[in-house]
Amino acid sequence: MLGYPPRPPEMKPPLFDYRSPSSLDEALTLRSEYSDDSAVLAGGQSLMPMLNLRLARPEVLIDLGRVAELAGIRELDGGVSLGAMTRQRSAERSDLIRARAPLVQQALAHVGHPTIRNRGTVGGSLAHADPAAELPAVCLALDAEFVARSAGGERKIAADDFYMGFMTTALAPDELLVEVRIPAAAGTLGTAFVEIARRHGDFALVGVAAALALDGESVITDARLALTGVAGLPVRAREAEASLRGASAGAAAFAAAADLVAAELEPRTDAHATGDYRRRVASVLARRALAEAMP
Amino acid sequence: MSVEVTVTVNGEYHSAVVDTRQTLADFLRQELGLTGTHLGCEHGVCGSCTVLVDGASARSCLMLAAQATGTEITTIEGLAVDGELNELQQAMRDNHGFQCGFCTPGFMMTATELLRENPYPSEAEVREAISGNICRCTGYQSIVNGIMQAAELIHE
Repeated sequence: MLGYPPRPPEMKPPLFDYRSPSSLDEALTLRSEYSDDSAVLAGGQSLMPMLNLRLARPEVLIDLGRVAELAGIRELDGGVSLGAMTRQRSAERSDLIRARAPLVQQALAHVGHPTIRNRGTVGGSLAHADPAAELPAVCLALDAEFVARSAGGERKIAADDFYMGFMTTALAPDELLVEVRIPAAAGTLGTAFVEIARRHGDFALVGVAAALALDGESVITDARLALTGVAGLPVRAREAEASLRGASAGAAAFAAAADLVAAELEPRTDAHATGDYRRRVASVLARRALAEAMP
Repeated sequence: MSVEVTVTVNGEYHSAVVDTRQTLADFLRQELGLTGTHLGCEHGVCGSCTVLVDGASARSCLMLAAQATGTEITTIEGLAVDGELNELQQAMRDNHGFQCGFCTPGFMMTATELLRENPYPSEAEVREAISGNICRCTGYQSIVNGIMQAAELIHE
């Protein structure tokens, strides 16, 4: 025997009660019962670090891992619907998403690493609302619709209205994000996602999701530019988009739009990059994304 | 607060009552004594604690033991076959891919998944696959060489 008393098992996260509902109804009941005192565990790739660092201290952890009805990818009116618990890796490998919403897969290539995407979920990333996350920008660019449910019923929230501020969404404390719906594109939509990160797989310093639709030869009929990492929440570059509509697709129009991106953003300085650097990078990435998105 | 965990680890069935907040990594190390799974950063950055959950790589510091109920886990201890190094272990050894050995279990589990899903990876694909694993000895080239040679050994 060593002269020390046995050590208790080491625990990184704070104390919490753990619930593992097996149906959505059961999960919603728990959510309405514990509300703000509960945290929702989806894939755990953001929440678990927060628990391990004790930045999150929920009384009750509601694990959605056994709610099978929340996972799955299905066709929806020519578009595609993703259940909130769909693993990012499944979305990355889905033929339906490749056909209907390739921008999702273009963005997922930048989300963490394959091992992270094995566990990470689509809904978890969207509801966590990290200001540098890729998928929220994708949903903004594609005008996605978020389906939220509580014990009291269901409501649909436009992507534009879902993100309200730094890590803040329109979800009420008794609600769960259950599904995201990406509508069918009118005509052929070319898309691209480009980003700059310190290391591959790190959070984006700046990321740009672009979508372009052309009429016949080269007249732009629709243009979307959504950016991540440049504000407390993902944003659309509306002025740049407006300048593109009706313009002839090409280097001149893309350069003009890139200038407007720089003009309409006011990124903040933080430990990772200055605001000026982010503005400059956003402008360059917007130009590159538009060129890459040419259908 | 405690929870019952029933899980198969390296082919062996385990049932235990653990603290609700115990991570899978701590469960493997402290309850099962499988200390081959290493813990580095404990918040999902370094990749040392990577294990396979139903065949898919996962960071065991970012999973609760409770979440593992009903799954099959493979750890570094589950790679050798009857005490003999498997192809990946042998190739990594031959290429000096282990170095100090701390990050090794995570790299090995990540590479095991890669070679199962993509038996003929290019060097670029190997690098992409291991991008979430950090080696502080910085000897990535020998690790990449080991994985590339393991792919060849498996086909022989």
